[in-house]
Amino acid sequence: MRRLLPYPVIWACLLLLWVLLNESLSPGSLLLGALVALFACWGLALLRPPASRLRQPAVAMRLLGMVLADIFRSNIAVARIILSPQQHGRRAGFVSISLELRDPNGLAVLACILTAAPGTAWVDFDSAEGTLLLHILDLVDKESWIGIVKNRYERPLMEIFQ
Amino acid sequence: MTPLEQLPIWAALPAALLVVVGAAMALIGSVGLLRLRSFYERVHAPTLATSMGMACVLLASMIVFSVLQTRLVLHELLIAFFMIVTTPVTLMLLARAALYRDRTEESDQVPLLSTPSGSPEAEMAAPDGAEAVEER
Amino acid sequence: MTALLPAAILVAQLMLGLAMACATFRVLRGPRAQDRVLGLDTLYVNGMLLMLTFGMRFGSTHYFEAALVIGLLGFVSTTALAKFLMRGEVIE
Repeated sequence: MRRLLPYPVIWACLLLLWVLLNESLSPGSLLLGALVALFACWGLALLRPPASRLRQPAVAMRLLGMVLADIFRSNIAVARIILSPQQHGRRAGFVSISLELRDPNGLAVLACILTAAPGTAWVDFDSAEGTLLLHILDLVDKESWIGIVKNRYERPLMEIFQ
Repeated sequence: MTPLEQLPIWAALPAALLVVVGAAMALIGSVGLLRLRSFYERVHAPTLATSMGMACVLLASMIVFSVLQTRLVLHELLIAFFMIVTTPVTLMLLARAALYRDRTEESDQVPLLSTPSGSPEAEMAAPDGAEAVEER
Repeated sequence: MTALLPAAILVAQLMLGLAMACATFRVLRGPRAQDRVLGLDTLYVNGMLLMLTFGMRFGSTHYFEAALVIGLLGFVSTTALAKFLMRGEVIE
């Protein structure tokens, strides 16, 4: 089974995308989509991406909800910063954080979260030492940002991926 | 009488609200591109358009087409999925390219290569010196 | 119903056009190459949203495909340009 269909979750996601693109649930398009997704999975297996298991889907769902709420909140915060008349009182700056998360897929998800939320931008990551360089638009308190990244995002990701 | 005007009020009202809010967020993001002072601040601006702006416009589009065609139209989710996956990649690459260029020019606005965490170089804030970078 | 939704879409299109003008200004003004690329990326995203509002306005799903293509092209071009800025070449 594992040899025939190496990545069942990715296969199902690709099939879903195919159905959305075609907007039909007819047997023909389902069959064609299943075949295309199967070939894509075989191609992916040749590339040998770093594998990691998705544990604890409940934690993942909670993280997803939290991230969506955070993105909504930081959207409004950044819009307020942009529209505020004085730009000179605000401090923006870099923060470097040493991470314990080592799983490449977990790091990729963390990078997506931090970049997708306005107000924080992932700038650089040193994989040898595990230090992350973040740019933060409204840097009031450096320590609180380090706490937010480590407690809010890194800990659930470590539960999920390690 | 265009098809849009036949839309019932319970669908037209949320769609109108969402499309205006989404476009406003995209506009604020682009204004931020003009108003913010250094490149690293400006990187934050387009995410307004790609997160909330995109989500609102796509939701409005889904409502309008689902009601117009009296079936569930979900293919806007494709664009949403695609943008969620690609935007972090482009912005991250761009930020890394900018950092690389600034470091090779030994600009004092960016932290040096591999500073140990907690050292003073790591919190190089650029409140007033940003214009110096702009001139180059 | 009334002309509420067409009016809202018109307002949204005006705002998105203004947003594209802001992004174009950043592309032209610079001052550095990475600022221009960032402006171009924003221009693509705003253009994609404008396509979606056009689709709603004319009740046609063809604009959806145009929006998808714009999104794809924007991603590829921005990635290639960022890679070029970092290394001086796109494919190593």
